[in-house]
Formats: sequence, C-alpha cells, structure tokens
Amino acid sequence: MFFDVVLKLSLGIFLLGTFLQVRRWFRVRIGPDAAAFSGWQRVGAALRGMVPVVFGRRVFSLLRALIFDVLLQTRTLRRDVRRWIAHILVFYGFLLLLVMHALDRTVTASLFPGYEPTLNPFLWLRNLFGFMVLVGVGLAAYRRIRLGRPALFTRPSDRTALVLLAVIVLSGFLLEAAKIVSWPVFHEMADEYAPMADEEEVRSLQAYWAAHFGVVFPDPEAFSADAEKTLEQGGEVHESSCASCHDRPVSAFLSFPLSRLLAPVAPFLNRARADRWLLFVHYLSCLIALALLPFTKFFHLAATPVGLLSRAALNPVTVLPANRVTRRALALDACTHCGDCTLHCSVAPVYRRIPNPDILPSEKLYSIREMVRGGSLAPGSMRALAEGGSICTRCYRCTTICPSGIYLQDLWIASSAGLALKGFPEPRVRVKQASTAEWAERIRYHTDAFPVHRNPSLPPRALSDRSETFEACIQCQTCTNMCPVVAWSPDPPGDVAITPQQIMNLLRIGLKELTLGSPMVWDCVTCYLCQEHCPEGIPVTDILYELRNLAYEKFRDLPEEDPDGTENPLLPGRPGSAKGAVV
Amino acid sequence: MKFAYFPGCKIPFYLEAYGRSTRAVLARMRVKLVPLEFNCCGTPVRDLNFQAFVLCAARNLALAEKHGLDILTPCKCCYGSLKHADHRLRQQSDLRREINRELDREGLWWNGDAQVKHLLTVLARDVGVEALARRVRKPLAGLRVAASYGCHALRPGNIVRFDNPLAPTIFEELVAVTGAEPVEWARRLECCGNPLWEKNNELSVSLMDVKISDARQSGADVLCTACTHCQIQFDAVQGRRPDREEPPRPTLPSVLYPQLLGLSMGLPDRVLGLSRNLVPVPELRNGHHGNSNHTSPILKTGA
Repeated sequence: MFFDVVLKLSLGIFLLGTFLQVRRWFRVRIGPDAAAFSGWQRVGAALRGMVPVVFGRRVFSLLRALIFDVLLQTRTLRRDVRRWIAHILVFYGFLLLLVMHALDRTVTASLFPGYEPTLNPFLWLRNLFGFMVLVGVGLAAYRRIRLGRPALFTRPSDRTALVLLAVIVLSGFLLEAAKIVSWPVFHEMADEYAPMADEEEVRSLQAYWAAHFGVVFPDPEAFSADAEKTLEQGGEVHESSCASCHDRPVSAFLSFPLSRLLAPVAPFLNRARADRWLLFVHYLSCLIALALLPFTKFFHLAATPVGLLSRAALNPVTVLPANRVTRRALALDACTHCGDCTLHCSVAPVYRRIPNPDILPSEKLYSIREMVRGGSLAPGSMRALAEGGSICTRCYRCTTICPSGIYLQDLWIASSAGLALKGFPEPRVRVKQASTAEWAERIRYHTDAFPVHRNPSLPPRALSDRSETFEACIQCQTCTNMCPVVAWSPDPPGDVAITPQQIMNLLRIGLKELTLGSPMVWDCVTCYLCQEHCPEGIPVTDILYELRNLAYEKFRDLPEEDPDGTENPLLPGRPGSAKGAVV
Repeated sequence: MKFAYFPGCKIPFYLEAYGRSTRAVLARMRVKLVPLEFNCCGTPVRDLNFQAFVLCAARNLALAEKHGLDILTPCKCCYGSLKHADHRLRQQSDLRREINRELDREGLWWNGDAQVKHLLTVLARDVGVEALARRVRKPLAGLRVAASYGCHALRPGNIVRFDNPLAPTIFEELVAVTGAEPVEWARRLECCGNPLWEKNNELSVSLMDVKISDARQSGADVLCTACTHCQIQFDAVQGRRPDREEPPRPTLPSVLYPQLLGLSMGLPDRVLGLSRNLVPVPELRNGHHGNSNHTSPILKTGA
C-alpha cells in the first residue's frame, strides 16, 4: 500500500517533470536570434523538420545514428575506451535490470511463462546486470577522482547520480543477501507454499535449506543429529514444494558470497528483519531516482538521444532557424557533464591564470543553463560568463569531441552575442562606454579596491613599471606617424585620445592610469610598426599590450558600488554599458 | 623533414581550406606533419593577461619539445605569439621558473629546444625555392599577385626573425615560384584589420579597405595571404561587408599561398578549396575585379 502510493507519486512527478523539461526545449531562448520565435513556432518548426526524415532519405542517417551514436555510443568509444566501457556497463546493466527485474511481472513473466526471480538464469542474470552497473559506477567515480580539478570538474549533480545508482544496486545486493540468510523469510514462504508439512518435515526442510540455500537459523544444532537422513527427507520436501521456484543461490555470484559474509551477524539481521529495511531502501531509492530523473543529469537519457537523432536528421545547412534555437535549449539537457570538452579545450590553460571556471566549456554550459533557467544570474556571475565566452577562441574542438553530439560552437557564439546585447560585450567593446578621462577617474576613485593582485597578469618586472623601458623616448613621434590607427582617425586627439608617443610621455610622468581606458590602448591592432621603427628601441607595442592587461585587470575588479554607495556605472550589465555592443 | 603541425584555433572551423591546402602542398614536398593536441597559441588572451598568454604558448612549445619536434604553423599570429613567448622565456629566468612550475604539473617542461617555423619559412628555406620550382606543373603566368605579409610574423624583427622586417622578400619570391607576378605595393607590410574585427568593426574594415585599394591600384588581380587571420579578413569579412555604400568599396579576391602554390602544382580544387572562398576567385575570369584585361590563368588551370 505504502509503496503503491509512493510509486504513483513518483511516477506522477516523473511525468510532470518530463513534460516541463520538454516544454523548456521550446521556450528557452539563447542568442539574439531566439527572440524571433514563439514556443509554438518552434514546435511547428520541429515537426516540419521531421517531415523529410520520415518521408525521405534521411531516415537512413537517422537509423545509423540510432545504432552507432545512441545504442553503441561510438562517439564516446572514439575518445576514451575506458569511459565508454564504464558508460556501456551502467547503461546496459541498468536498462536490463529495469526490464528484466523491475518490470518483471509485466515484461519477463509474459515472455517467459515459468519466470520466477529465484530461478536461473534470472537469478544469475540479475547479479550480472547489477555487477555491470557497480563496475561502471566504480570506473566513473575513479575517473572523477583520478583526474580532478582543473582537468575535470565534479559537481554535486555528478556525485548525486553516481551515489544514487550505487545505492540502488548495492541495496539490491544486500537485500538479496539478507533474504538468503533470513529464516523469517523462510518461514513465511514455508507457511505459504508447504502448509501441510508436519513439524518433522519442516525441520528437515530447514536443514536442507540451511545446508544448500544458506539460510541461517537461530538453532543450527537442531538439525545436526541424524543429519544425513534429515537432509534426504528435506530434499524430498524441497523437491515437491520449493524446487519449482527456487534454484540454489550460489548462482547469485555476488549476493551469495555477500550472504556468507553476513552469516556471522545473520541472527541479529534476521531478528531486526533487515530484509524489510533493505527492501524499503531499495524500493525507495529506485522511486526517488524515477521522480528525480527529469530534474537531474539522468534526464540526458531522454535529451541526448533526441539531440543525437536530430543531429542526424537535420541537414546542417538547411536547418530551420527556429530549430537552431531549439537545438541550443535541448543541448543544455543533453550535456552529461562528462568533461571531455574541458579536457581537450584549447583555452583550458588560461584557467590556470584566470581562475574563472566559465572559461572551460563544460562549466560554461552549466552557467548558461543556470542563466536561461533563472532568467538571469547575479551580475558577478554574468560577468564571469561573459568573460568565459570572450576567451573562447571558437576552435570547434569541443563540438567535434562532445560524446552527446552537442553543437557547442553554436551555443558559444549565440550565448556570447546574447550577453553582449544584455550589456556584457567583449572588453575591447566595453572600454568604449566611457571616455579615457572617465576610466582614469573611476580607477583612481577605487585605488583602494585594488590592493594586491591575486593573479598578477603581468610578467615579473613589467615593462610599464620600469622607467628604463620608456625613459629614452625623445618624443620624435615616429610611432605616432607609423600608427595605422592614428592615421585612420580623422581627428587624432578626439578619437584616439592619446597617441603612442603621448602614452610614452604619460608613463614617464607617472600617469599610467590615465592611459588605461584610452582608445589608443584598446584600438591598437598590434601591428608592431611603432616598435619596429622606434629609433630608441622602445618596445612600444609590448607596452601597449601590458597597459591593456593592466586595464583589464582593473576593469574586471571594479567594485559593485562606488564609495558613496551608488552603483558603479561602468560595470558591465549596467544601463548604458551595452553602448557600442557588437551585434 | 618532419614537423609538429600547429593549425591554431581558427582553421578547423573558419578556414578549413587553409589546413587542407597546407597539408597537401607539404605532402607534395615530402614534409611530414605530426598532429599533436596543441592548445591556443595565446594570441587572443594576450590582450587580457600576459601570464596566461605565455603559459598557453609555452605549453605548446613544451609539448613539441617532448615529442622532439619543431613546430610548423600556417598562421602568422600563432607564429608571432609562439616566437614572442619563446623570446620572453629565454630572457626572463623568473618567468621561466614560474611557467615551468605550472607545466611540470602535467609532465611538461620548457627548455627552448623546439623551434617555431612558419609555413612560408619552411617552404622558402627548409624545402627551398628551387625544389618548389621543380614541382610547378602549371605556372600561373600573367597573374598579378599582391602578397600581404602579415604583421605578427614580420615584426618585431629582432624577436620573430622571419625576414628583413623593413624590406622583406620571402613572400614575393614564393609567389614568383608559382609563375605569377608579385606586384609592388606600398601597404604590403601593414595590418589587415582583423585584430579588431567584432571589436571595432568600422576601424577593422577601414584598415582592410585601405590595403585592398592599394593592391588594386598597384595592378593586382588577387591578394595573397599566408595567415589565417589575414585570409579571414580579406575573404570572410570582405565577402560579408555591406555593399550598400556609395561609392562602392573596391573589392579584390584573396587566395591563400598554399592555394596558389597548389594550383601551380596542379592540385585539384577539391584539395585547395578555392571555389569555397567567399570572395569568388573565378570571377577573375570576367575581368570584373582585375585591373588588367588579361584572362586569369586560375581558370585555365582548372580552379
């Protein structure tokens, strides 16, 4: 009764959750192009996208994707054999347990009329499938521990998934072992299936089951007298009353040895009816997993195959724009957070100097998910996400690697463009929101906010800190005359604000912060013409690079509030900071 | 001859033709390329954080070193970035120590044994112009080519050591090998504008336009680049540039050097990918873009 209610409840949560999550695939908006489509238009586009699949040649590529990508998971196999083994073990082990064991009354019993869970091969198979899941979970956990940060991030959701699987399977094995040793269970069964037997017969059956089925009775001495004869008699009772439903549990190659380990404490377990408690834990953990499925990374069971199949079904060139948007939303659920993208990410080393996890694709995807689901993130998190997006070089490697076949490249491009519109553009765009003087003012205003750099971006003995780098400047203006940015500017003092030669001069008189927000520093194309032609050998371009680094560090760490308690207007995401955003 | 192949970040998605044509012409010259899983060269993050830039570059150098290989890159920004980091690591022992400590965590170490070479320097110096000339089957006679040098390979000359930074000749020599005629043009050593694309588009396009105008006035039929970013600028950015303006901005198609070389070697377009350039190269045939009246040999040779 209790389990029945919980089952219906968790099934209800599961169905409702699945509906809500799938609805999100058509509602979540990522990228500037997403605003153009309503949810229903996206549903319509998805249906239209299926037409050529069902009625066209694409059905073959769909079949191929189903067999290789979904069922055989060859995308994982190509990258990492060990991880593939782990995933295949968990996936098939659990799937087979679900079909053969959890749904045994509906599936197995109808396929095999003589089915009993305590008969072989089912007894043995259940152990095999459980063993597969355990090994898979163990390998996955080992991989996460061995790699560790910064190579691989493990989030609570990853841990939850592994722990939940382990609890389900381990409680199953323990339950089976506890039932093997349990004499109360024996008596319940004996009362039900051999009620006619007289006391001596029951005793002989007990002796037989103690000897061959591992049941631990409270008074084992009782069968010791005349053992052989008792066993023989017990065997006969067993044959007539039990054998049709019970094979010897030795074939339960994990539960049985486990029951032998439990044997010394079996009297205690039996008195406490550990089997009932373990049944409770086993059943409940399964139902919790069912209810949580749509809300945890387990949902990739639905989203990843849909993603892989749609990838095979949709022509990458002619894919409808609305489907592109839907595909991004789907990707957020299809990600299993396996971390392969991060392990191979082209800018992953940057993380070791700019410790923002959003630089790494697996974490960036996670933050995008948080952002679109919650509508927004805290300003600091938005800035971090925008920074991660701007550091990505769009090298496409993660997209080619992703075992779930997610078109990550598109996700990065769209989310960065969306963030730029929301007021979080690239640094080189952002700097234009204020004038050189305003930036200098702001930085001076917050001098106290930049005490010691946590992560000094500059090399030891930075060029712009050492007067011998620039003191030789004779203000000949060669750098300024060579500069294509100065040449482009119709009105040098207005547009460029400060020319390279003026920057050298400001450094000489100790006004470094005045240069940091200058368009000259940020529009510099780094062509090195100034440096190459400087008659004094001053590394002008390298100094400009340094000033950008320094400015970036300061802009990045601007406090949320000005000292007078008002909002800092120059932080990204604030009104006006979208000015000049690139669309 | 064997090198660790460093395509950089932009080739796989944005400029696949560069990778394919580079590998094809090098294979023809019996240069073996070993793919290693390099990371970003560090150029983009150089704007933000010098340390991160050097770490990125140093990791690549250390990886090549571990495999006992020199690096060959077709991208001039990657080349400049790797060379610059290498130079700084040689100069500064404290920086070296810090970076090596970080690399050591994954079993890598920078000793400075791996050399960095650009596609053009390998072709001109390691393979040799004469060897290339022997492979040319279909000389591109009559094609006037404006070779655009690319800043980060050329300057600062004392660090990158690519060619004479004030009067380089390597690119023109390599163009001449194909049978084409390298034109003299004033702005061949200037910036293409790509570093500011999507950051300051007006300036970025304007720098590009200045170069295109100059190349056209100098009689070029086509621009030639040997840098991923220059080509993206002269092809993808030029190709998408709005044409509404009056007077219309001058256009000029751009080809990658290995496309040009491959064409003269008789390699098929399937490998060279000229037909996929956004600013269509075949239009040269009709004289729409070239200043001269002659027919481009590109089509005669099967582009």
